[in-house]
Amino acid sequence: MSQSNSTFSKQSNKQTEGRPPRPSVSTRARQDQAARRTFFVFTLLPVLLILFIAIALFIRSWPIISAYGLSDLLFGEVWRPNNEQFGFWPFILGTLWVTTVGVVLAVPLCLLASIYLAEYAHVKMRSFAKPILDLLAAIPPVVYGVWGLLTIVPFVDDVLAPLFDRWLGSVSIFKVNQPTGFGILSAGIVLAVMIAPLIISVMYEIFSTVPNDLRHASLAVGATRWQTIRNIILPQVAPGILAAIVLGASRALGETIAVLMVVGNIPQVPTSIFDSAYPLPALIANNYGEMMSIPLYDAALLSAALVLLIVILIFNILSMLVIQRMLRRKWAS
Amino acid sequence: MDAHIQVKNLNVYYGKQQALKDVNIEIPKNQITVIMGPSGCGKTTLLKTFNRFLELTEGTQLTGEVLVDGKNIYDRDVDVTEVRKVVGLLAQRPAPLPMSIFDNVLYGMNIHRMKKDRREYKDAARHYLEIAGLWDEVQNRLHDPATSLSIGQQQRLCLARGLAVEPEIILGDEPTSALDPISSQNIESRLIELKQQYTTVIVTHTLRQAKRLGDYVIYMYLGEVIEAGPAKEVFNNPQHERTRAYLEGQI
Amino acid sequence: MGFLTKKRWQRRHLVETFMKFIMRVSLFIVAGSLGLILWIVVVRGLPSLSWEMVSQIPKGGYYMGKGGGILNAIIGSLYLAAGGTLLAMIFSVPIAIYLKTYLGDSKWGQYVRLSLDVLWGIPSIVYGAFGFALMISLGMRASLLAGIIILAFIELPIMTRAMDEVIRRMPEDLEHAALALGSTKFEVALRIVTRQMLPGITTAILLGFGRGIGDAASVLFTAGYTDRIPTSLMRPTASLPLAVFFQLSSPYPEVRERGYAAALILTVIVLVVSFSSRWLSARLNKYTVK
Repeated sequence: MSQSNSTFSKQSNKQTEGRPPRPSVSTRARQDQAARRTFFVFTLLPVLLILFIAIALFIRSWPIISAYGLSDLLFGEVWRPNNEQFGFWPFILGTLWVTTVGVVLAVPLCLLASIYLAEYAHVKMRSFAKPILDLLAAIPPVVYGVWGLLTIVPFVDDVLAPLFDRWLGSVSIFKVNQPTGFGILSAGIVLAVMIAPLIISVMYEIFSTVPNDLRHASLAVGATRWQTIRNIILPQVAPGILAAIVLGASRALGETIAVLMVVGNIPQVPTSIFDSAYPLPALIANNYGEMMSIPLYDAALLSAALVLLIVILIFNILSMLVIQRMLRRKWAS
Repeated sequence: MDAHIQVKNLNVYYGKQQALKDVNIEIPKNQITVIMGPSGCGKTTLLKTFNRFLELTEGTQLTGEVLVDGKNIYDRDVDVTEVRKVVGLLAQRPAPLPMSIFDNVLYGMNIHRMKKDRREYKDAARHYLEIAGLWDEVQNRLHDPATSLSIGQQQRLCLARGLAVEPEIILGDEPTSALDPISSQNIESRLIELKQQYTTVIVTHTLRQAKRLGDYVIYMYLGEVIEAGPAKEVFNNPQHERTRAYLEGQI
Repeated sequence: MGFLTKKRWQRRHLVETFMKFIMRVSLFIVAGSLGLILWIVVVRGLPSLSWEMVSQIPKGGYYMGKGGGILNAIIGSLYLAAGGTLLAMIFSVPIAIYLKTYLGDSKWGQYVRLSLDVLWGIPSIVYGAFGFALMISLGMRASLLAGIIILAFIELPIMTRAMDEVIRRMPEDLEHAALALGSTKFEVALRIVTRQMLPGITTAILLGFGRGIGDAASVLFTAGYTDRIPTSLMRPTASLPLAVFFQLSSPYPEVRERGYAAALILTVIVLVVSFSSRWLSARLNKYTVK
């Protein structure tokens, strides 16, 4: 025993030759403690950053919230900063319209595409689709905006608007009041493509949480793939799918530049998907220049950002909790 | 011999690795056939070719034929779901579907729209739960989730679910390996009771189970069928050196 | 109709065929829109792309169609994205290491991951507004530094989670082996996790850089816009996304055309970054223990 021990230490001495001597055990333990504490401080950063953003925005928007009251701001319908009238209602509705249209367009596509990738596609197909989705996610918003401007707006103006006007013109949400192509539908289409990679990859992850045993149990009695998906898999993943949709919606809520470029930016209460709208993010981005020249204007815009932040935080946290829980269940099993 | 399944020149590859080498066997009708051999010898792979479950694993290739009642189930015009209806599977670990006990039994029947009304479905559920020996234990809790059952009960539930689509062949992929001795024995006696009506193929890695259940025995080694024949002959007078070694516990 | 033969017209087989078809169509629409985007950006951007555009800063009258280029925006964006990525690195590497070596799947680890995911979901316009709120409080003006700080905030969660995902897949055995040999957790972190993290860090850097260079809404508030190339951190700077955005809102068609060209330049940079990230992480992954 002692024999082997001494050979071992001799060897290790040889190895550490030319290096600084190894610190003693207690120094190393202290080093470990210190590192632990430093690291811990670092991890506080993301947690605190969220609070910090919210607090900073709140402080800067307090002047207008205290002067007008939150409900006057949120539900006020008139936006005339020069008259000191700051009503967000048209912008909030604009945001909701654009987000809803984007999500409604994206969800069926994403659900079907992710089912295909998770349940049908072969490895080859998946390794082909993955980089495409990654690229779609990597394309900057402003490029999406260019695409929307050059392709979607003319397409809506020349093809969809006349088509809907002809066949569905009597339905008010499809009525074409402002035939320019710039509007909610164009923004919705652009948004749908922008949020698709995120929704698809989350849904794909969710599908992969279903254990193969369940698939096989269903297939073994002679169910088709689709019967298995409909009867077994979809009910299992429903909460996760919903969370993925909410996550996508929260992404759409905050999208700024791409939407701003195709939505028309007219502060009105929209009634049709062909109407122009003016979502909150676009309002903030468009008026940053004049912010400081009119009293309370900056507070108004920052409170708009605060409203956006709060809504998105709620959406995000709820959906992330559901998704994390589902993914953990997978690791557990 | 009245063969229910015939395997002809079957080769299976996982990628470049060959898992089954030129398998030629026949599975007798209404008997229990036991496939045995050391682990990794291709027993489960062979079993999975009978209900075309092999194609669920990506990267597998198959040549040769598997005939069920004379029809090659790998023909282009064959409906894989029909194959799986005729050839039922009892998996290694019980996999109750996330629904009630009652709905589990009826799952396959609903899929195939086999019964007309609720009454018939109800009767069928009872019938198959009785066959699987589970009725007495669950008749008062039919609408409880299937996962609330013990693991042994779950496996019997899976048996009932498989039988409910009226298969002709039952495959068992080490169906008792996850169960306690009493549950195992319960499943084994069900299988013996059922062999009058069903052709049964069981993969097992325990020799004792093979001896208890087998009417016909297939011994595999490294992807090849070394010996196949009626249980008595194989167990008492194995023709092949390898089989003898296995039976004597050397492998 | 033989035994076991497929009855194609059976309802469930029809449904199966139909569902499979619309699934393929859906995937094709999503993938096809990428092709459409790239195609339109190339087709409309290429004609007005010239050497002058990428090598010169705007001359007088540039915004009325006269000569010059957008070198100011290209350099500005590279500064912004590189600075933001560097700054985010400084914070994200320790956080990722701490998540792996000390926290694992503990409660606090889950909180940190959740807060990172939540930060990831906060839109850049809110970051921009936050930056602006800070700046007016501190009396700062739009500057390269402010832009870099805000971009670092935006990139932090992306980069940390990218590293986290990579090192999470790292085999535990290695760590346990080191711990069993008497290493402290800090030593494990230093020697083993960092080495294993290399592909994660590369992916994270490129991911963060790609996000940073494309972000418009946040730099709009914090970095401003100028025709000059910034000479100090305290000067405002132009950026490519804003160059695209501003030029597209011009009434002059020539300027708008150059906006498309700027979009093409931006897209090419992002594509190069994205491809090299794939390529690099595939190469580096070979050298780590799986």
